[in-house]
Amino acid sequence: MTIPFSYIIRNLVTRKVTTLLTAGGMALVVFVFATVLMLEEGLRKTLVETGSPDNVVVTRRSAGTEIQSVISRDQAAIVENQPEVAYGASNMRLTSKETIVLISLTRRDSDKSSNVLIRGVGQTGILLRPQVKIINGRMFRPGLSEIIAGKSIADRYKGAGIGEKLRFGKREWTVVGIFDAGKTGFDSEIWGDVDQLMQAFRRSVYSSVILKMSDPAAFQKLKVRIEGDPRLTLEAKKESVFYAEQSQLLSNFIRYLGVALSSFFSVGAIIGAMITMYASVANRIMEIGTLRALGFRRKNNLSAFLTESLILGAAGGIVGLVLASFMQFFTISTMNWQSFSELAFGFTLNLSIIIKSFVFALIMGLIGGFLPAVQAAHLSIVDSLRAA
Amino acid sequence: MENFSAPIVHIKNLTKSYRRGGQIVSVLTDITFDIPSGEFIALMGPSGSGKSTLLNLIAGIDKPDSGTLKVGGIDIAILSEGDLADWRAANVGFIFQFYNLMPVLTAFENVELPLLLTQLSYKERRERVELALIMVGLSDRMEHYPSELSGGQQQRVAIARAFITDPVILVADEPTGDLDRTSAGEILAILDRLNSEMEKTIIMVTHDPHAAKTAHLIRYLEKGQLDVAD
Ligand SMILES: Nc1ncnc2c1ncn2[C@@H]1O[C@H](COP(=O)(O)OP(=O)(O)OP(=O)(O)O)[C@@H](O)[C@H]1O
Ligand SMILES: [Mg+2]
Repeated sequence: MTIPFSYIIRNLVTRKVTTLLTAGGMALVVFVFATVLMLEEGLRKTLVETGSPDNVVVTRRSAGTEIQSVISRDQAAIVENQPEVAYGASNMRLTSKETIVLISLTRRDSDKSSNVLIRGVGQTGILLRPQVKIINGRMFRPGLSEIIAGKSIADRYKGAGIGEKLRFGKREWTVVGIFDAGKTGFDSEIWGDVDQLMQAFRRSVYSSVILKMSDPAAFQKLKVRIEGDPRLTLEAKKESVFYAEQSQLLSNFIRYLGVALSSFFSVGAIIGAMITMYASVANRIMEIGTLRALGFRRKNNLSAFLTESLILGAAGGIVGLVLASFMQFFTISTMNWQSFSELAFGFTLNLSIIIKSFVFALIMGLIGGFLPAVQAAHLSIVDSLRAA
Repeated sequence: MENFSAPIVHIKNLTKSYRRGGQIVSVLTDITFDIPSGEFIALMGPSGSGKSTLLNLIAGIDKPDSGTLKVGGIDIAILSEGDLADWRAANVGFIFQFYNLMPVLTAFENVELPLLLTQLSYKERRERVELALIMVGLSDRMEHYPSELSGGQQQRVAIARAFITDPVILVADEPTGDLDRTSAGEILAILDRLNSEMEKTIIMVTHDPHAAKTAHLIRYLEKGQLDVAD
């Protein structure tokens, strides 16, 4: 047996204020750490879920994003006629030739404006994205200046609500529907009829062509054919991969910032824990010596003090995670530099983040308590009894 | 109650010095004496004469420089640190001037502490601890924390902790040094009972001639040497 757990716990409880401050410091660091991971995960989830694995996005080779991509009408026709394309109801080919335009809209809560992505789609565009659902109003009609707006755009921008009107491309457009695209990137877009938009913006080329494959396993064959066709100079990517790649830059930025921030703060929290634990050892020198005289070993004292600081770390971890879990109720919107448009995403907590944050908290406790615990174990019995 | 069988403590030509700031301070120069089993001995002498040092050596929490140091027939000077810890847990009970109780543990838990190093079940430990606290007259204070007890009561808890494992020797370093006359009297009475009824060998360091009278034998330590009292 070893030094009883109640002895360790009660020593922490006795020093209420110090314990709370030390654990509180670690809780803040864990909060920052977990929040950043949650943000990165939220972004990843948003963009990965934007794409479906059986959809293929075809863009100009090395364009990177749809905005920089250009596909001529002839090229689009070739792509649309690939044999892997799936058929929908009434033998309609499930493809969508799309065009992307960025316009500047003014926020409802301030006079600041941001770029918002307008996607011109065919009537099939919505069939290709089952995650997009009209929750208010109706779908735009082809041939009219009608648009539908993603929920997060409708909520945040002037003129984007149902029944409101927006001016762009020298025309007035009526918002006839609001769609909910879940937590995907489409939620931050406005959709309209592709032909109407190309007319308004005097465009003769598409940005991308989206295909639904009848058999996702045939993707490699399709890709090789499209990318090998000398008439095309296009590339094909699975939609899920396409959107995941778009989040890379922002995701890396969030991760590096988060790691830098939490390592910086963790140094403070570890020093705090170390000071607390050194004080704890200094206040209990007589007890350490007495325990040894009674027959307890150096390692018993070592593990008692390590346990004490691990408990501090664990308490900090739990509190920090509880605080961080409240962040799930918030949505953040920021500029995605790869598409130059607004992107709304949330904080997503998952088991892996919980484990990482908790381990991080325990490591802080362990590092903070290590030297004090070693000091406690190294004291000679006679010296510690004389110190009383 | 003399016992002329093999001595429980056998010390021969024992020396001990400390290093302090590069200088070697000789504390015990040449100690030779035996303590018979079942003895109650008081160690007296001026401050700094090495009484605590000698007691610590006998109790196995410090190591001599040279000489023979046998307790209960075991040469404790050559035991490894771990073996010595086990030996102390089984054979020595400690009583300190300032009681040295764990402030966050109750009287019961303080007395139970040494039993956590044994194989006893919780039920067995509970029975033993309750009995020990009854013996020192604190059956109604088991759940009290040290801060809720008087000095004399704390020292009685400490004595219960010292004999709970049924050790062969009890070492007490100025056990009444921090107590008033009445409390000191109670402590000495308990020590006397432990010696006469439970046949514990007790080695007590004290400055108090009154306390020393409770012991059956008084030894004086002066300048690292032992003198037999008249
Ligand atoms: N761990 C140590 N390190 C250095 N010097 C020590 C140590 N322990 C004791 N000494 C020295 O050894 C000498 C004897 O100390 P000890 O504590 O044995 O005396 P004592 O007789 O118990 O005195 P007192 O009556 O004041 O308690 C003193 O000079 C003391 O300063
Ligand atoms: Mg002393």
